[in-house]
Amino acid sequence: MGLLDYFATTRPPQKVGNASIAKERLQILVARDRIARDKPSYLPQLEQEILAVIRKYVEVDMNTVSVKYELAESHEVLELNIILPDSAGPP
Amino acid sequence: MARIIVITSGKGGVGKTTTAAALSMGLAQRGKRTVVIDFDVGLRNLDLIMGCERRVVYDFINVINNESTLNQALIRDKRCDSLYILPASQTRDKDALHKDGVERVLTELADNYDFIVCDSPAGIEHGAYMAMYFADDAIVVTNPEVSSVRDSDRMLGILSSRSKRAETGQEPVREYLLLTRYDPLRVANGAMLSVDDVQDILSLRLLGVIPESKAVLSASNAGIPVILDRESDAGQAYGDMVARYLGDDVPHRFLHPEKKGLFSRIFKG
Repeated sequence: MGLLDYFATTRPPQKVGNASIAKERLQILVARDRIARDKPSYLPQLEQEILAVIRKYVEVDMNTVSVKYELAESHEVLELNIILPDSAGPP
Repeated sequence: MARIIVITSGKGGVGKTTTAAALSMGLAQRGKRTVVIDFDVGLRNLDLIMGCERRVVYDFINVINNESTLNQALIRDKRCDSLYILPASQTRDKDALHKDGVERVLTELADNYDFIVCDSPAGIEHGAYMAMYFADDAIVVTNPEVSSVRDSDRMLGILSSRSKRAETGQEPVREYLLLTRYDPLRVANGAMLSVDDVQDILSLRLLGVIPESKAVLSASNAGIPVILDRESDAGQAYGDMVARYLGDDVPHRFLHPEKKGLFSRIFKG
Protein backbone atom coordinates (compact mmCIF):
# COMPACT_ATOMS: atom_id res chain seq x y z
CA MET A 1 0.00 0.00 0.00
CA GLY A 2 1.45 3.34 -1.02
CA LEU A 3 1.60 6.38 1.18
CA LEU A 4 -1.21 8.06 -0.76
CA ASP A 5 -3.45 5.06 -0.29
CA TYR A 6 -2.81 5.22 3.41
CA PHE A 7 -4.07 8.78 3.60
CA ALA A 8 -7.00 7.97 1.34
CA THR A 9 -8.24 5.26 3.70
CA THR A 10 -7.82 7.24 6.90
CA ARG A 11 -9.63 10.35 5.74
CA PRO A 12 -12.82 11.11 7.66
CA PRO A 13 -15.73 9.28 6.05
CA GLN A 14 -17.62 11.13 3.33
CA LYS A 15 -21.36 10.90 2.77
CA VAL A 16 -20.94 8.11 0.28
CA GLY A 17 -23.74 5.78 1.32
CA ASN A 18 -26.90 5.15 -0.62
CA ALA A 19 -29.44 5.44 2.17
CA SER A 20 -31.14 8.20 0.16
CA ILE A 21 -31.94 5.65 -2.54
CA ALA A 22 -33.49 3.42 0.11
CA LYS A 23 -35.64 6.27 1.33
CA GLU A 24 -36.86 7.20 -2.15
CA ARG A 25 -37.74 3.61 -2.97
CA LEU A 26 -39.54 3.21 0.32
CA GLN A 27 -41.58 6.35 -0.12
CA ILE A 28 -42.90 5.14 -3.47
CA LEU A 29 -43.49 1.60 -2.26
CA VAL A 30 -45.27 2.58 0.92
CA ALA A 31 -47.49 5.07 -0.90
CA ARG A 32 -48.57 2.32 -3.29
CA ASP A 33 -49.11 -0.18 -0.48
CA ARG A 34 -51.31 2.32 1.33
CA ILE A 35 -53.50 3.01 -1.71
CA ALA A 36 -54.03 -0.71 -2.22
CA ARG A 37 -54.64 -1.28 1.50
CA ASP A 38 -57.71 0.92 1.74
CA LYS A 39 -59.45 -0.67 -1.22
CA PRO A 40 -61.64 -3.74 -1.02
CA SER A 41 -59.89 -6.76 -2.51
CA TYR A 42 -62.78 -7.49 -4.90
CA LEU A 43 -62.21 -4.28 -6.84
CA PRO A 44 -60.15 -5.62 -9.78
CA GLN A 45 -62.62 -8.46 -10.37
CA LEU A 46 -65.56 -6.08 -10.13
CA GLU A 47 -63.94 -3.92 -12.77
CA GLN A 48 -63.50 -6.92 -15.09
CA GLU A 49 -67.08 -8.12 -14.67
CA ILE A 50 -68.63 -4.69 -15.19
CA LEU A 51 -66.60 -4.35 -18.35
CA ALA A 52 -67.80 -7.76 -19.55
CA VAL A 53 -71.44 -6.75 -19.00
CA ILE A 54 -71.02 -3.47 -20.87
CA ARG A 55 -69.26 -5.23 -23.70
CA LYS A 56 -72.36 -7.34 -24.25
CA TYR A 57 -74.07 -4.19 -25.47
CA VAL A 58 -71.39 -1.76 -26.55
CA GLU A 59 -67.91 -2.34 -27.83
CA VAL A 60 -65.74 -0.46 -25.37
CA ASP A 61 -62.01 -0.46 -24.89
CA MET A 62 -60.52 -1.78 -21.67
CA ASN A 63 -58.74 1.50 -21.10
CA THR A 64 -61.91 3.56 -21.25
CA VAL A 65 -63.18 2.19 -17.97
CA SER A 66 -61.93 3.56 -14.71
CA VAL A 67 -62.97 2.51 -11.25
CA LYS A 68 -62.33 4.82 -8.34
CA TYR A 69 -62.82 3.94 -4.75
CA GLU A 70 -62.92 6.56 -2.02
CA LEU A 71 -63.43 6.40 1.69
CA ALA A 72 -65.37 9.32 3.16
CA GLU A 73 -66.20 9.95 6.81
CA SER A 74 -69.33 7.85 7.01
CA HIS A 75 -69.61 6.22 3.61
CA GLU A 76 -67.68 4.67 0.75
CA VAL A 77 -67.87 5.92 -2.82
CA LEU A 78 -67.43 3.63 -5.78
CA GLU A 79 -67.14 5.69 -8.93
CA LEU A 80 -67.33 4.08 -12.35
CA ASN A 81 -66.34 6.10 -15.37
CA ILE A 82 -66.99 4.55 -18.77
CA ILE A 83 -66.33 6.39 -22.01
CA LEU A 84 -68.61 5.09 -24.74
CA PRO A 85 -67.42 5.27 -28.34
CA ASP A 86 -68.99 7.97 -30.56
CA SER A 87 -70.85 5.50 -32.70
CA ALA A 88 -72.48 3.80 -29.75
CA GLY A 89 -76.23 3.96 -29.77
CA PRO A 90 -79.14 1.78 -28.77
CA PRO A 91 -78.84 -1.61 -30.42
CA MET B 1 -57.27 -3.62 34.51
CA ALA B 2 -54.11 -4.48 32.64
CA ARG B 3 -52.86 -2.62 29.60
CA ILE B 4 -52.09 -5.00 26.73
CA ILE B 5 -48.97 -4.22 24.70
CA VAL B 6 -48.06 -6.09 21.52
CA ILE B 7 -44.48 -6.21 20.28
CA THR B 8 -44.81 -6.60 16.55
CA SER B 9 -42.97 -5.95 13.27
CA GLY B 10 -44.01 -8.08 10.35
CA LYS B 11 -40.42 -8.89 9.49
CA GLY B 12 -38.49 -11.50 11.46
CA GLY B 13 -35.17 -11.07 13.20
CA VAL B 14 -35.56 -7.38 13.98
CA GLY B 15 -35.54 -7.76 17.77
CA LYS B 16 -39.13 -8.41 18.87
CA THR B 17 -38.30 -11.01 21.49
CA THR B 18 -35.30 -9.04 22.75
CA THR B 19 -37.62 -6.05 23.09
CA ALA B 20 -40.41 -8.04 24.75
CA ALA B 21 -37.93 -9.38 27.30
CA ALA B 22 -36.43 -5.94 27.94
CA LEU B 23 -39.75 -4.12 28.20
CA SER B 24 -41.34 -6.65 30.52
CA MET B 25 -38.27 -6.76 32.77
CA GLY B 26 -38.07 -2.96 32.78
CA LEU B 27 -41.73 -2.54 33.71
CA ALA B 28 -41.48 -5.19 36.42
CA GLN B 29 -38.37 -3.57 37.90
CA ARG B 30 -40.37 -0.39 38.28
CA GLY B 31 -42.81 -2.31 40.39
CA LYS B 32 -45.43 -2.93 37.72
CA ARG B 33 -47.02 -6.36 37.87
CA THR B 34 -46.13 -7.67 34.42
CA VAL B 35 -46.68 -10.84 32.44
CA VAL B 36 -45.01 -11.51 29.11
CA ILE B 37 -46.61 -14.00 26.72
CA ASP B 38 -44.88 -15.79 23.84
CA PHE B 39 -47.29 -16.02 20.88
CA ASP B 40 -44.80 -17.78 18.63
CA VAL B 41 -46.43 -21.20 18.72
CA GLY B 42 -44.12 -23.89 17.38
CA LEU B 43 -40.99 -21.73 17.55
CA ARG B 44 -40.89 -20.58 21.13
CA ASN B 45 -37.89 -18.49 22.05
CA LEU B 46 -38.93 -16.04 24.71
CA ASP B 47 -38.18 -18.55 27.49
CA LEU B 48 -34.62 -18.84 26.12
CA ILE B 49 -34.09 -15.08 26.04
CA MET B 50 -35.52 -14.82 29.57
CA GLY B 51 -33.33 -17.73 30.70
CA CYS B 52 -36.17 -19.85 32.08
CA GLU B 53 -36.34 -22.57 29.41
CA ARG B 54 -35.64 -25.35 31.89
CA ARG B 55 -38.53 -24.34 34.09
CA VAL B 56 -41.22 -24.68 31.41
CA VAL B 57 -43.77 -27.33 32.37
CA TYR B 58 -47.04 -26.11 30.92
CA ASP B 59 -47.53 -23.51 28.22
CA PHE B 60 -50.00 -21.02 26.72
CA ILE B 61 -51.76 -23.68 24.57
CA ASN B 62 -52.14 -25.99 27.59
CA VAL B 63 -53.94 -23.16 29.38
CA ILE B 64 -56.17 -22.43 26.37
CA ASN B 65 -57.05 -26.13 26.11
CA ASN B 66 -57.73 -26.33 29.87
CA GLU B 67 -54.96 -28.89 30.29
CA SER B 68 -53.43 -26.75 33.01
CA THR B 69 -54.40 -23.74 35.06
CA LEU B 70 -52.90 -20.35 34.38
CA ASN B 71 -50.98 -20.46 37.66
CA GLN B 72 -49.42 -23.80 36.75
CA ALA B 73 -48.16 -22.41 33.44
CA LEU B 74 -46.89 -19.01 34.62
CA ILE B 75 -43.19 -18.92 35.46
CA ARG B 76 -42.08 -16.37 38.02
CA ASP B 77 -38.85 -14.64 37.08
CA LYS B 78 -36.02 -15.39 39.52
CA ARG B 79 -34.58 -11.88 39.27
CA CYS B 80 -37.75 -9.87 39.68
CA ASP B 81 -40.79 -10.82 41.75
CA SER B 82 -43.36 -8.91 39.77
CA LEU B 83 -42.51 -10.52 36.43
CA TYR B 84 -44.13 -13.67 35.06
CA ILE B 85 -43.56 -15.49 31.78
CA LEU B 86 -46.16 -17.49 29.88
CA PRO B 87 -44.21 -19.60 27.39
CA ALA B 88 -45.42 -20.66 23.95
CA SER B 89 -45.99 -24.27 23.09
CA GLN B 90 -43.74 -26.31 20.83
CA THR B 91 -46.78 -27.90 19.23
CA ARG B 92 -47.14 -27.53 15.49
CA ASP B 93 -50.87 -27.01 15.69
CA LYS B 94 -51.20 -23.26 15.27
CA ASP B 95 -54.99 -23.41 15.21
CA ALA B 96 -54.84 -24.19 18.91
CA LEU B 97 -54.32 -20.46 19.34
CA HIS B 98 -57.89 -19.34 18.79
CA LYS B 99 -59.48 -16.00 19.55
CA ASP B 100 -61.86 -17.18 22.28
CA GLY B 101 -59.08 -18.99 24.11
CA VAL B 102 -56.68 -16.06 23.89
CA GLU B 103 -59.38 -13.69 25.09
CA ARG B 104 -60.20 -15.89 28.07
CA VAL B 105 -56.55 -16.06 29.17
CA LEU B 106 -56.02 -12.31 28.69
CA THR B 107 -59.19 -11.52 30.65
CA GLU B 108 -58.06 -13.75 33.50
CA LEU B 109 -54.63 -12.10 33.54
CA ALA B 110 -56.02 -8.58 33.27
CA ASP B 111 -57.34 -8.61 36.84
CA ASN B 112 -54.00 -9.45 38.41
CA TYR B 113 -51.48 -7.54 36.31
CA ASP B 114 -50.72 -3.97 35.29
CA PHE B 115 -49.19 -4.88 31.94
CA ILE B 116 -49.53 -7.83 29.58
CA VAL B 117 -46.74 -7.87 26.99
CA CYS B 118 -47.50 -9.99 23.91
CA ASP B 119 -44.45 -11.12 21.94
CA SER B 120 -45.70 -11.57 18.37
CA PRO B 121 -44.28 -14.05 15.89
CA ALA B 122 -42.96 -12.71 12.58
CA GLY B 123 -45.22 -12.54 9.56
CA ILE B 124 -48.78 -11.36 9.21
CA GLU B 125 -50.45 -14.71 9.67
CA HIS B 126 -52.53 -16.26 12.40
CA GLY B 127 -50.11 -16.04 15.34
CA ALA B 128 -49.24 -12.41 14.65
CA TYR B 129 -52.91 -11.62 14.23
CA MET B 130 -53.77 -13.22 17.58
CA ALA B 131 -50.95 -11.35 19.31
CA MET B 132 -52.11 -7.95 18.10
CA TYR B 133 -55.90 -8.44 18.13
CA PHE B 134 -56.56 -7.49 21.77
CA ALA B 135 -53.78 -4.89 22.05
CA ASP B 136 -54.18 -1.44 23.57
CA ASP B 137 -50.67 -0.38 22.58
CA ALA B 138 -48.41 -1.61 19.79
CA ILE B 139 -44.66 -1.27 19.72
CA VAL B 140 -43.56 -1.68 16.12
CA VAL B 141 -39.97 -2.88 16.10
CA THR B 142 -38.18 -1.76 12.96
CA ASN B 143 -34.63 -1.94 11.60
CA PRO B 144 -33.38 0.97 9.48
CA GLU B 145 -33.61 -1.16 6.37
CA VAL B 146 -36.08 -1.15 3.45
CA SER B 147 -37.85 -4.47 3.92
CA SER B 148 -38.29 -3.95 7.64
CA VAL B 149 -39.75 -0.44 7.22
CA ARG B 150 -42.13 -1.65 4.55
CA ASP B 151 -43.30 -4.60 6.65
CA SER B 152 -43.82 -2.29 9.62
CA ASP B 153 -46.04 -0.09 7.52
CA ARG B 154 -48.09 -3.12 6.48
CA MET B 155 -48.40 -4.15 10.10
CA LEU B 156 -49.66 -0.66 10.94
CA GLY B 157 -52.35 -1.11 8.29
CA ILE B 158 -53.42 -4.36 9.92
CA LEU B 159 -53.48 -2.78 13.38
CA SER B 160 -55.67 0.05 12.16
CA SER B 161 -58.18 -2.19 10.41
CA ARG B 162 -58.21 -5.64 11.99
CA SER B 163 -57.53 -5.15 15.71
CA LYS B 164 -60.37 -5.50 18.20
CA ARG B 165 -60.22 -1.76 18.86
CA ALA B 166 -60.64 -1.06 15.13
CA GLU B 167 -63.42 -3.61 14.68
CA THR B 168 -65.44 -2.39 17.64
CA GLY B 169 -64.92 1.29 16.88
CA GLN B 170 -63.01 2.07 20.07
CA GLU B 171 -60.12 4.49 20.37
CA PRO B 172 -57.43 3.16 18.00
CA VAL B 173 -54.45 1.10 19.14
CA ARG B 174 -51.69 3.44 20.30
CA GLU B 175 -48.74 2.82 17.99
CA TYR B 176 -45.09 3.40 18.88
CA LEU B 177 -41.93 3.04 16.83
CA LEU B 178 -38.85 1.34 18.25
CA LEU B 179 -35.88 1.51 15.92
CA THR B 180 -33.38 -1.26 16.63
CA ARG B 181 -29.92 -2.26 15.35
CA TYR B 182 -29.19 1.40 14.71
CA ASP B 183 -25.63 2.15 13.65
CA PRO B 184 -24.99 5.90 14.14
CA LEU B 185 -21.70 5.78 12.24
CA ARG B 186 -23.28 4.30 9.13
CA VAL B 187 -26.13 6.78 9.41
CA ALA B 188 -23.58 9.61 9.55
CA ASN B 189 -21.96 8.19 6.41
CA GLY B 190 -25.29 8.14 4.66
CA ALA B 191 -25.15 4.36 4.40
CA MET B 192 -28.12 3.67 6.66
CA LEU B 193 -31.61 5.18 6.94
CA SER B 194 -31.71 7.70 9.79
CA VAL B 195 -34.37 7.98 12.50
CA ASP B 196 -35.75 10.98 10.63
CA ASP B 197 -35.88 9.06 7.34
CA VAL B 198 -37.86 6.26 8.97
CA GLN B 199 -40.11 8.73 10.76
CA ASP B 200 -40.78 10.58 7.48
CA ILE B 201 -42.27 7.34 6.20
CA LEU B 202 -43.95 5.83 9.26
CA SER B 203 -44.64 8.94 11.38
CA LEU B 204 -45.22 7.23 14.72
CA ARG B 205 -44.49 8.16 18.33
CA LEU B 206 -40.77 7.40 18.68
CA LEU B 207 -40.37 5.23 21.75
CA GLY B 208 -36.67 4.63 21.39
CA VAL B 209 -33.63 3.94 19.28
CA ILE B 210 -31.58 0.89 20.25
CA PRO B 211 -28.04 0.95 18.89
CA GLU B 212 -26.51 -2.10 17.21
CA SER B 213 -24.68 -3.66 20.12
CA LYS B 214 -22.65 -6.71 21.02
CA ALA B 215 -24.45 -6.69 24.34
CA VAL B 216 -27.64 -8.01 22.71
CA LEU B 217 -26.07 -11.28 21.55
CA SER B 218 -24.15 -11.63 24.75
CA ALA B 219 -27.35 -11.20 26.79
CA SER B 220 -29.21 -13.75 24.71
CA ASN B 221 -26.30 -16.20 25.06
CA ALA B 222 -26.68 -15.95 28.81
CA GLY B 223 -30.49 -15.81 29.00
CA ILE B 224 -30.46 -12.40 30.66
CA PRO B 225 -32.66 -9.62 29.24
CA VAL B 226 -30.24 -7.01 27.88
CA ILE B 227 -31.92 -4.26 29.92
CA LEU B 228 -30.20 -5.76 32.98
CA ASP B 229 -26.81 -5.01 31.41
CA ARG B 230 -26.66 -1.44 32.68
CA GLU B 231 -23.14 -0.93 31.40
CA SER B 232 -24.12 -1.51 27.80
CA ASP B 233 -25.49 1.06 25.35
CA ALA B 234 -28.36 -1.24 24.33
CA GLY B 235 -29.27 -1.90 27.97
CA GLN B 236 -29.36 1.82 28.70
CA ALA B 237 -31.36 2.55 25.56
CA TYR B 238 -33.95 -0.05 26.59
CA GLY B 239 -34.05 1.51 30.06
CA ASP B 240 -34.83 4.87 28.46
CA MET B 241 -37.49 3.22 26.33
CA VAL B 242 -39.32 1.87 29.38
CA ALA B 243 -39.16 5.27 31.10
CA ARG B 244 -40.56 6.93 27.98
CA TYR B 245 -43.32 4.37 27.69
CA LEU B 246 -44.34 5.20 31.27
CA GLY B 247 -44.49 8.88 30.40
CA ASP B 248 -41.07 10.24 31.41
CA ASP B 249 -39.55 12.81 29.12
CA VAL B 250 -36.19 11.23 28.37
CA PRO B 251 -33.98 12.59 25.57
CA HIS B 252 -32.90 10.11 22.90
CA ARG B 253 -29.32 8.89 23.12
CA PHE B 254 -26.96 6.93 20.87
CA LEU B 255 -28.19 8.72 17.74
CA HIS B 256 -24.80 10.11 16.76
CA PRO B 257 -21.37 8.50 16.48
CA GLU B 258 -19.16 8.93 19.52
CA LYS B 259 -16.70 11.72 19.00
CA LYS B 260 -13.26 10.24 19.12
CA GLY B 261 -10.47 12.14 20.78
CA LEU B 262 -7.04 12.45 19.22
CA PHE B 263 -5.63 9.74 21.47
CA SER B 264 -8.22 7.11 20.67
CA ARG B 265 -7.82 7.95 16.99
CA ILE B 266 -4.11 7.34 17.21
CA PHE B 267 -4.07 4.39 19.53
CA LYS B 268 -7.16 2.59 18.29
CA GLY B 269 -6.23 -1.00 17.48
